[in-house]
Parts: sequence; C-alpha cells; structure tokens
Amino acid sequence: MLGYTITQWLFGILSFLAIMFGLMVVFSRNPVNSVLYLVMAFFCIAGHYLLLNAQFLAVVHIVVYAGAIMVLFLFVIMLMNLNQDTEPQRTWLTKIIAGISGGLMLFVLVGSLKGSEQLQLTTYGASQIGLVKNLGKVLFSEFLFPFEIASILLLAALVGAIMIGKKEIK
Amino acid sequence: MISFILIKLITCTVVFAISLGVAAYSTLWERKFSALLQDRVGPDRAGPKGLLQPLADGGKMFFKEEIIPNVSNKFLFILGPSLFMITALLTGSVIPWGKDFITSSGKHISFQITDINIGVLYILGVASIGVYGIMIGGWASNNKYALLGAIRASSQMISYEIAMGISIISLVISTGGSLSLHDIVEQQDAGVANVVWQPLGFLIFFICALAETNRAPFDLPECESELVGGYHTEYSSMKLGLYLFAEYINMFVSSAIMSAFYFGGYNFPFAQELYHALGLQEGSIWISLIGFGAFFTKIVIFICVFMWIRWTLPRFRYDQLMNLGWKILLPLSLFNLALTVVIEFIRGNIHF
Repeated sequence: MLGYTITQWLFGILSFLAIMFGLMVVFSRNPVNSVLYLVMAFFCIAGHYLLLNAQFLAVVHIVVYAGAIMVLFLFVIMLMNLNQDTEPQRTWLTKIIAGISGGLMLFVLVGSLKGSEQLQLTTYGASQIGLVKNLGKVLFSEFLFPFEIASILLLAALVGAIMIGKKEIK
Repeated sequence: MISFILIKLITCTVVFAISLGVAAYSTLWERKFSALLQDRVGPDRAGPKGLLQPLADGGKMFFKEEIIPNVSNKFLFILGPSLFMITALLTGSVIPWGKDFITSSGKHISFQITDINIGVLYILGVASIGVYGIMIGGWASNNKYALLGAIRASSQMISYEIAMGISIISLVISTGGSLSLHDIVEQQDAGVANVVWQPLGFLIFFICALAETNRAPFDLPECESELVGGYHTEYSSMKLGLYLFAEYINMFVSSAIMSAFYFGGYNFPFAQELYHALGLQEGSIWISLIGFGAFFTKIVIFICVFMWIRWTLPRFRYDQLMNLGWKILLPLSLFNLALTVVIEFIRGNIHF
C-alpha cells in the first residue's frame, strides 16, 4: 500500500493518534476528559509496544497505567469536581510566563533531540526479547541486581507514601 | 487466508451469540432460582414456563423512554454503558471452548478466537479496564448517589484485582509456567484438575471473581438501601439494560475462566475411555463437541453457585469488604504463593 508495509502504516496511525490524544489532554477544558484522553494515549503507546514485539510490556502498561494509576487520577478529579466555575482565573502575566517557560522547554528538548542522531542504539539480544519468557530469563539472571535495586526503591516509595498518608504518626 | 478469516469470523460470531444467549437466559434462571429458594413460582407468564421472559424483558427495555439528564455530560453518559458492555465481551476471545479438531483436508481448526501467549495477562488487563465503564457512567450522571456507587465499584474492583492476580501467579507456577489459556487447559488433560493443587488459590480466585463481577454479597455499588440504584441511578431504557446485561456476561465469562483455570475446561474424568468406547479418533469434531458440552456444564454449575450465594448471603458492610480484601485475601494469597513454590520445588517442577 503506497510503498509502505502494514507495520509502517500501523506505526504511522498509532503515532498520529498518540500525539493527537496527547494534545487533547492539554487542550481539553474538562479535567475528566483530559484523564480519559490520557488513557487513550496510553493505549496507543501500548500498541507501539506490541509493534516492537514487547507483549509483556504492552499488557503491563495497560494494567498498571490505564487500569490502576489513571483510575486513581480519575478518583481524585471526580471527587474534587473541578469545572470552569472553580477554575482560578489566570492573568496575562501568568500566561506570558507560561508561554516563555514552555518555549524554553521546547528549545531544550529540540536541542537535545538534535544531538541524539549521533547516538548508537544498542539493541539487546534478538527481537524476541519482549516475550514474557525471554524477558523473565534475562531479568532474573543478567539484570538481577538492577532489578532488585529497582524493587527496593519502589518498596521504599510505597512505605514513604503510606507514612505521608497517615494522619498522625505514633 | 480467506478461509482463515472466515473461520475466525464464524468463531467470533458464535462466541458473541453464546455469551449474549447465556446472559439472557441467566436473567430468567436468576429469577427462577430465587423463586425456588424462596418457595415461589417465579416468572411463568411469557411463553411456556416463562421461557420467553428474557425476550419480553429485552423488548420492554428497548421501548422504554430514554432519559438523559440535562446537566450531565451527554457523550460520556452514553459511553459508560457501551464501554462496560465492550469490556465484558472482550474476555471471551482468549477462552478455549473446546479441543482443536482436524477437518478431512487436514486443517486444524480451534474452538478459540485467539491463542495469545499472554492470555492470562490479557484477562487481567481487560478486568482492570472494566472499571472505566462504571466510573464514567457514574460520574457523567451528575448525581451524588451515582458517583458514590461508581467510586465504591472501582475501589472494590481495584482492591480485589491484587489478590486475584497473585492467586493467578500461583496457578501459573503450578501449571508449568505458561500464560496461554490453551496450554493451561491442555496441561490438565493428562493429570488432575488444577484445583487439586490449588485449593486455596481457587477459593481466593472465586471470592475475587464474585467481587469483580459486583455480585452479592459484594454488590455494594448498587446497594439500594443506601445508594438508590448505585452507579446506574440515572440510567433508563436500554442503557440501564446494558449495565444489567453486562453483569450477567461478566458472570458467564468469569465462570468460564474459573472452570478453565481450575476445573480442566473441556477435559473431564475418564474422557479418553469414553472416546475410546465410542470409537472416536483423535481430532474428530465429536470430541471437540463433547468437550464443549463438558465445559458448558461446568460453566452452568458455576453460574448456579453464583446465584445460590446471591440469594443466601446478606451484603457486606463497606469496611468489612475492604478488610476482607486487604487484610485477609491479600496475605492469604501471598501465603498461597509461598506454599505453591515450596510444593512445586518438592514435586521437582522448579529448579534453581
């Protein structure tokens, strides 16, 4: 089809959708709609993982991000019941400041991405690395130490979150 | 290629039709069953013995007046029930309904829409998205009762997903490490059903399945004594119908998953002897159909148990529900995981 393979078509469509939903997150007025667009963007990214043959990552991405984290976001936003009446009015000054800092951010991002063309991509193993079996084998043999360090970090964050969430510490 | 698409299309349609048909007749059976337990007759007006009652109910739902609250978000209000229905139907695609059979031209045809090698994770993924239908619908109704119901439903589903996930991990360890549902069912063919090795895991999974489908005694999201109608308070007509109907599809699908995971799916005791006595060759379509019948029987038994529990047990209080999920089921499932690893090590299935 027009000189592109199906994978390339899928990549193009998914990228377009992901960027579109990402923009909708920023531009939509209602915070609940923003969260739902973000969920859609996560689904597009999960589709990208599938195209990279990383099924495990794709499903875990959906379970963790779309299924758990975004649900909690939705919780908070629904309970706060944000709408245009309660939204604080922004002055011109804040808008100008936001515009300048956003522009600088874009400048930095473009600058850093321009340099990345020279970077060598190191691919690990075969293209089958994303399958659950291969990923598990690599994760629990070669990369066991960083994996365990990451889990201890997560555990520490978990304990910290619970301590902050407690009203009084005995 | 064309024949492949055609076969998959037929399988999809059949699974879709069976899910809807079973769900429709579950509504009738639910009422008949409650009548049985409460010593009543139950619905018996529509058709012989009330057999056309689901059609009458469906027709009634379609012709009722449709009310969309003025202040609510219209698009999300319609999206809610649709999403809930879609996620209810999605899970059926990875369940192996029967043994593969071989046609006269030597083609393997499977009774499963797709056999992905992450089937178990797929089920967990779909279950975790199922929350959105309820949350969106409850919020878009712009009603305090609906919002409270939606928040109850989603916190309940998130809490019980954890214990469910851990009990599935123990199941996968004891079945040899495959995440494909086809492999999990096939592996029970030669040996015994998984419930023998995973009795505690099955119990945890069963309780979590009750909570995930919002069935009694976990039907707090639609607790009518506190929340009017819960998350579907503002819904009317077929949109309400979709919510109620999707609950029965969820029940059907989780019964199917439980019988596939823990009770051998389409395998049954002395199956080989029976096939031998009937003179059936390996790969015959009759073996697939008999297996499908056995699977279906197990599903129906599970649906009956679901209903039996609903009409026997009173509803939990909300703090009891959370205590059960976090303080009892989660440690219990972790204990089960540790126990499974020890047992499998002794059995010699795990090597270091």
